[in-house]
Amino acid sequence: MKKFLGKVLTILWKDILSELRTRDIVVSVLVFALLVIVIFNFAFEPERVGLVAAGILWVALTFAGVLGLSRSFVLEKDKDCLEGLMLCPVDREVIYFGKMLGSLTFILVVAVIVLPIFFILFNLPIFRPELVLIVVLATIGFASVGTLFSALAVNTKAREIMLPILFFPIVAPVIIAAVKATGLVFAGESWSSLSSWLQIMAAFDIIFLVVSSLVFEFIVEE
Amino acid sequence: METPDSASQAWAIEVQGLTKSFGNHLALKGVELRVREGEFLTIFGPNGSGKTTLIKVLATIMKPSSGNVRVAGFDLRDSPVPIRRKIGVVSHQTFLYDDLTAFENLKFYGRMYDVPNLEARIHEVITKVGLASRLHHQVRTLSRGMQQRLSIARAVLHRPSIMLLDEPETGLDQYATARLREVLDTLSAENGTVIMTTHRLEYGLEMGDQVAILAGGRIAYQESKQSLDVDSLRQTYYRLTGTTR
Amino acid sequence: MKERGVMRSNSLLGLSFLLMVAALYLVFVYVPTEKEMGIVQRIFYLMVPMGWLALLSFLIVFIGSILYLRKRESRWDILAHSSAEVGIVFTTLALITGAIWAKPIWGVWWTWEPRLTATLVLWLIYLAYLMVRSFATEESRGARFAAVVGIIGFIDIPIVALATTLWRGMHPGAVIFEGGLAPSMLLTLLVSIAAFTALYFCLLGRRIGLREVEAEIKKLSQD
Repeated sequence: MKKFLGKVLTILWKDILSELRTRDIVVSVLVFALLVIVIFNFAFEPERVGLVAAGILWVALTFAGVLGLSRSFVLEKDKDCLEGLMLCPVDREVIYFGKMLGSLTFILVVAVIVLPIFFILFNLPIFRPELVLIVVLATIGFASVGTLFSALAVNTKAREIMLPILFFPIVAPVIIAAVKATGLVFAGESWSSLSSWLQIMAAFDIIFLVVSSLVFEFIVEE
Repeated sequence: METPDSASQAWAIEVQGLTKSFGNHLALKGVELRVREGEFLTIFGPNGSGKTTLIKVLATIMKPSSGNVRVAGFDLRDSPVPIRRKIGVVSHQTFLYDDLTAFENLKFYGRMYDVPNLEARIHEVITKVGLASRLHHQVRTLSRGMQQRLSIARAVLHRPSIMLLDEPETGLDQYATARLREVLDTLSAENGTVIMTTHRLEYGLEMGDQVAILAGGRIAYQESKQSLDVDSLRQTYYRLTGTTR
Repeated sequence: MKERGVMRSNSLLGLSFLLMVAALYLVFVYVPTEKEMGIVQRIFYLMVPMGWLALLSFLIVFIGSILYLRKRESRWDILAHSSAEVGIVFTTLALITGAIWAKPIWGVWWTWEPRLTATLVLWLIYLAYLMVRSFATEESRGARFAAVVGIIGFIDIPIVALATTLWRGMHPGAVIFEGGLAPSMLLTLLVSIAAFTALYFCLLGRRIGLREVEAEIKKLSQD
């Protein structure tokens, strides 16, 4: 077990190190998220914006998330690094969890930067702890199937289209739950009203972390 | 901790009836191959003959469609993980991360392979391939020849007993080729097994004590270098592969 | 062997035909017009079977996908692929009948009510399944990838249904069973479901047969 974790963290370390060198993923995802927010602001009347704020936030984070996820495996396609990983004496689940944690980390970093800016632009209450939980649960959901589909899409002829087409229908429940829960938080509701949405996200996360890690080997092995 | 069957210990690699199909295309059509421990086998074959597929199957990164394969005494289907510990693979792609330094690349793979005394070992291999001065340079800044040398360092880091080389001389300069020879000679001296594929007959004949030809998805010819007649090999090769050079 | 297969598919076709005739009679002649919604309500007897088949087809996709990944025998892949093709047709019809129902009842062509929304998401999942096959670099990869999508997609469906139901503030139980149905309506509904299920298996069988012939031709041309 300890070895498993150690190797997962090694892969995570490698991805973080790569990212620190280039800042590729975080920068592009961040810029994209902010652009989406600003554009949506133009799309809606100022009075209405408050009503759709939760939706705008999650559209931004979802699209940004897809961008970040797609880059995760493009990294490995270069120089056949994925084959290099597959040569290592590890189960395929290790590779899955390593890459998943990497994507998770990047999206969370982006969320941490985007949220305060979002609050300022939309004039909303600065910080509610419930938001942290919602963002964490949703991002885990994104990363769980996103890592799987990213590995898949990178091996197809149209990788930029393939990932969104696979990703969005499957994570629709997560998006619905996240938007609803965020809306409730902005409206000042308490924990109890959020519970069913949080449960849906948590259930999604657990189910798809398990299933994705099990089917991952069928994507990467010929 | 898994141990190999004692009966298979003399054979580093045993392949029986290996087939591999991709949809309707049959790349390997019943490969039969046996390599003793400590042997150096060169497999000749033109492009498209299935050399890379064969190497990938032996390296456990491709599953056979049918057939039996044993590497280092372990069955490929049952225990791929222990096999991976014992093999080192060098291909025309380097498996190196461009944005990381040579040191970081080696550290990464070292950790994944549980290499003991990693830092000392890294210094050992990097010196062996002549890249000690570039240890903390990003891979992106190294020339193709240097990258391939680093790839060799990566491949031997965990002291594999079997090396699988898929056309390793591609893109290598003279210095790198010489270094590769040295590493392989050292490995042979330590009783390590080597399988190398190439489509260049002359280059392949320099090395190796066993020679085989892969054509039409099968091993069409296997002979030890001592007992073979080079000219007849050449003719057989050109005939089987339909090449003139 | 072949003859048995032909006989089986012909008897299935015959059964399906009979059930269809019975269903048509029941839907248009037998069952009384519903009080509130009028004639249009008869679409209900088309809509529910479509929705049911959309789900049944994906269940078969799911089973075929798992068996294919386990055994790597192409017949399971053929089963899954054929079921997906038939399934997306039924899902499209489910959406269309849903819209035809919605227009007179609610005055709009589309509404984001939970079942319709969930059906739309299902349609997108079918689409993703079929697109993965077209965009894969080789056929064998396409089959493998599609099987993964089939498994993930099927597991996702109940979660989507739950989320869309809660989203519209409804309780999960109420949506599935619309309170009581008069006996004549229940009978009509059941016959209709049976008729369309038979039709599904008919179409599935035909599609699989066609695929198998295609595969054989390909094999022959390769050798």
